[in-house]
Amino acid sequence: MPVKRALIIGAGIAGMQAALDIANAGYEVVLVERLPSIGGRMHQLSETFPTLDCAQCILTPRMVEVGHHENIRLYTYSEVESVEGEVGDFRVRIRRHPAYVNWDICTGCGICQEKCPKRVLSTDFERGMGKRKAIYTLSPQAVPNKPVIDAENCIYFQRGKCRVCERFCPTGAIDFEQKESFFEERVGAIIVATGYDLLPLEELGEYGAGQIPDVIDGLAFERLLSASGPTAGKIRRPSDGKEPKTVVFVQCAGSRDPEHHMPYCSKICCMYTAKHAMLYKHRVHDGQAIVFYIDIRSAGKGYEEFVQRAITEDRVLYIRGKVARIYQEDGKVIVRGVDTLSGKQVEVAADMVVLAVAMVPRITTRALAEKLGIEVDEHGFLVEADGNLNPVETNRPGIFLAGAGAGPKDIPETVSQASGAAGKVLSLFSQWE
Amino acid sequence: MSTVVSLEKYIHNDLVRRVEELSGQDLLACYQCGECSAGCPAAFAMDLLPSQVIRLLQLGQVEEVLNSATIWFCAACQTCYARCPKGVDLSRIMEALRELAMERDGDTLKHTEIPKEELEAFPQQAIIAGFRKYTL
Amino acid sequence: MKISYFPGCTLNTKGKGFDRSVREAMAALGVELVELPDWNCCGASFPLLVDNVLDLVGPARVLINTAARDNKLTTACTTCYNVLKRTNRVLREDENIRERLNYFVEADYQGQVEVSDILQLIRDEVGFEKVKEAVKKPLNGLRVASYYGCMVLRPPREVAYDDPENPHALDDLMAALGAEPVRWGAKAECCGNYLVARKPEVAMEMSYRVLSSASRAGAEVIVANCPLCQFNLDRWQRDLTLTHGGFEPIPVLYFTQLLAIALGLDPGGYELEKHYVDPRPLLESKGLI
Ligand code: SF4
Ligand code: SF4
Repeated sequence: MPVKRALIIGAGIAGMQAALDIANAGYEVVLVERLPSIGGRMHQLSETFPTLDCAQCILTPRMVEVGHHENIRLYTYSEVESVEGEVGDFRVRIRRHPAYVNWDICTGCGICQEKCPKRVLSTDFERGMGKRKAIYTLSPQAVPNKPVIDAENCIYFQRGKCRVCERFCPTGAIDFEQKESFFEERVGAIIVATGYDLLPLEELGEYGAGQIPDVIDGLAFERLLSASGPTAGKIRRPSDGKEPKTVVFVQCAGSRDPEHHMPYCSKICCMYTAKHAMLYKHRVHDGQAIVFYIDIRSAGKGYEEFVQRAITEDRVLYIRGKVARIYQEDGKVIVRGVDTLSGKQVEVAADMVVLAVAMVPRITTRALAEKLGIEVDEHGFLVEADGNLNPVETNRPGIFLAGAGAGPKDIPETVSQASGAAGKVLSLFSQWE
Repeated sequence: MSTVVSLEKYIHNDLVRRVEELSGQDLLACYQCGECSAGCPAAFAMDLLPSQVIRLLQLGQVEEVLNSATIWFCAACQTCYARCPKGVDLSRIMEALRELAMERDGDTLKHTEIPKEELEAFPQQAIIAGFRKYTL
Repeated sequence: MKISYFPGCTLNTKGKGFDRSVREAMAALGVELVELPDWNCCGASFPLLVDNVLDLVGPARVLINTAARDNKLTTACTTCYNVLKRTNRVLREDENIRERLNYFVEADYQGQVEVSDILQLIRDEVGFEKVKEAVKKPLNGLRVASYYGCMVLRPPREVAYDDPENPHALDDLMAALGAEPVRWGAKAECCGNYLVARKPEVAMEMSYRVLSSASRAGAEVIVANCPLCQFNLDRWQRDLTLTHGGFEPIPVLYFTQLLAIALGLDPGGYELEKHYVDPRPLLESKGLI
């Protein structure tokens, strides 16, 4: 008898959507997330295009729903170790990283984080725009709201003494002896929703190679914009904390560049850049936002209108041409570009630069695909059974795809594909009646 | 032109504002599709295409536009405005530019410059309109 | 019917032949044009600067004078039509300018006058069917290029009473007269307008493009609706035969001249002899005069 349970790998908006669709249909879902809490990339975003909804406000209720759903068994801080079997009967081994906190008794009060003496630059969730402690949750709205200890930065793990968190924890949940643990689950179908990463700035030599503090990527700018981010939504440049008055946005940084980087279009940058420039102007009224673009790709409901609004209402200056060089001089970030429409070389002495860098698959996707016996393309994106008529299935029966792990997608497209994948799983289950 | 344009000065450009005030047009509304230039019946005589005029204004390059011959070749036929998908009335922008150029350089048409026989042959409206367009 | 008529400066002087053909043809169609007393110049170009209220005073006076005796005004000069129509629209829609203008000329005008172009009047008040019935001398076989120019088309929302990109009222009228309207590409292209005053060589080239388009379409004659278009298209043809190899002159008439002829009127007063390209040989060859 096939098992009418589903495994979903990745608890970003894609995995959450698919999990809720299946769980609400009455079937059990095993949801595995590599990070300590769910929400994925969307949880890092400030507002969404083209409606400017507060991302957290629309996402948090869903995160809570996933966290409490009786049909969803959540494994955060966990990874899929191995998968055996076939459609109808996959046997999955899950490895959970040691949190060094006993989540069964932790109440999520947060005292440990408050007392921990070690501040660490949050390079993951805050993209280097803010700090966290050595014991931390990704955000105050984290689901589950239980901390983990980052052993590499923990004073105790590195030098053998401290244990301040342990001293203050009212429930005695800190457990420095905790080891990784393994779990076995049986499922009938799998959805892979591993999401995306951004091309590291280090790869972009002509744009400062990640060496210029005030040249940041789009996700970092999301954190600056976010009301619950490290600057509480105030635009402050990393180098000196000053409010930048001239901000340059560079589209196609590493995308559409088959000679040096990624040949494909990352699809979401035109829109989020318009949003960034717009939101920047909403925060800094006397600021100037300048966008450099090769093309503006705004295909989608209300998308073109959104871009035009950024231009006419928020007075964002769009310059047609790819930036050639970005360097630092006199506390400014000099941007050398061209406006091919007027045939002029242009230069901006900017206070800050936001690069819309290429979307790439998570580095872990390739190894996972191997375990699952499904394919990735030359860039590491998961491969659909058929790009036209079967964009949700893989070549392996019972394994489906959702979200940006299978190629650049925006939120609505991701959610649609996730619901599509959930529908596929449910239709399988119904055939097993 | 080989000069490098410094864009951060754009927002402080008073001349751009004057063009917008005189013409009543939002320069940033133009998204450079080029339909105005494609259909302009006088474009063959212009050194800057109509859409390039707007582009340079968007970048704050008013002087360059005022020095161009284009503004004097615009016949105010409104073909550009009739077709502009963004509703930009370029002929009004051209008029504003002629105004600014004449504020700077004075009138550009004198009675004495028109040969007498032509002056006699012209329909009245050509003379009246001509002096309205080419003198302050 | 009776309607107030604004001849405008050009029809009062250089365009007398046009004016006469208009009045006579309209009378023959049963429309009495009552010339507006004490009319003044409309300004000959609609001011395009936002705050140029002063240049609106002229056309506003024309409208205000009309309002004292009529609620309709027609004109045959399409430039006048364009200026009056747009000024009237401003007076209707812009409260601020309306107040200022009324103050200047000591009036209380709200934009109630309906301004029409004579072709529009013929189409909407007389009707091309009725025109067809009134034809005495059909223009059989005359291949006509109907030229609309700018003034009755642009800006479309403000002045057009026809499809601005594919106007056909004039073609329809010509067809009603028994002519054969040709399909051609330049019917709504600008002739060069007032550029002739300062950049005649550019206006000349613009006119050449219109003329050659008509010729390529096989037209024998062009009909115009604006004295400046007529002038620009007509004036330079001899020069064009020198500068543009293979260029063949083509007569340019006012459409009302052909209308009057088709209605059986005597074109003696229409100043056909003053056209630069003499249209008489063509009209004679067609047995029309
Ligand atoms: S047609 Fe309008 S939008 Fe297009 S280039 Fe011209 S002014 Fe700009
Ligand atoms: S109004 Fe001027 S710029 Fe516009 S199409 Fe006519 S001649 Fe060209």
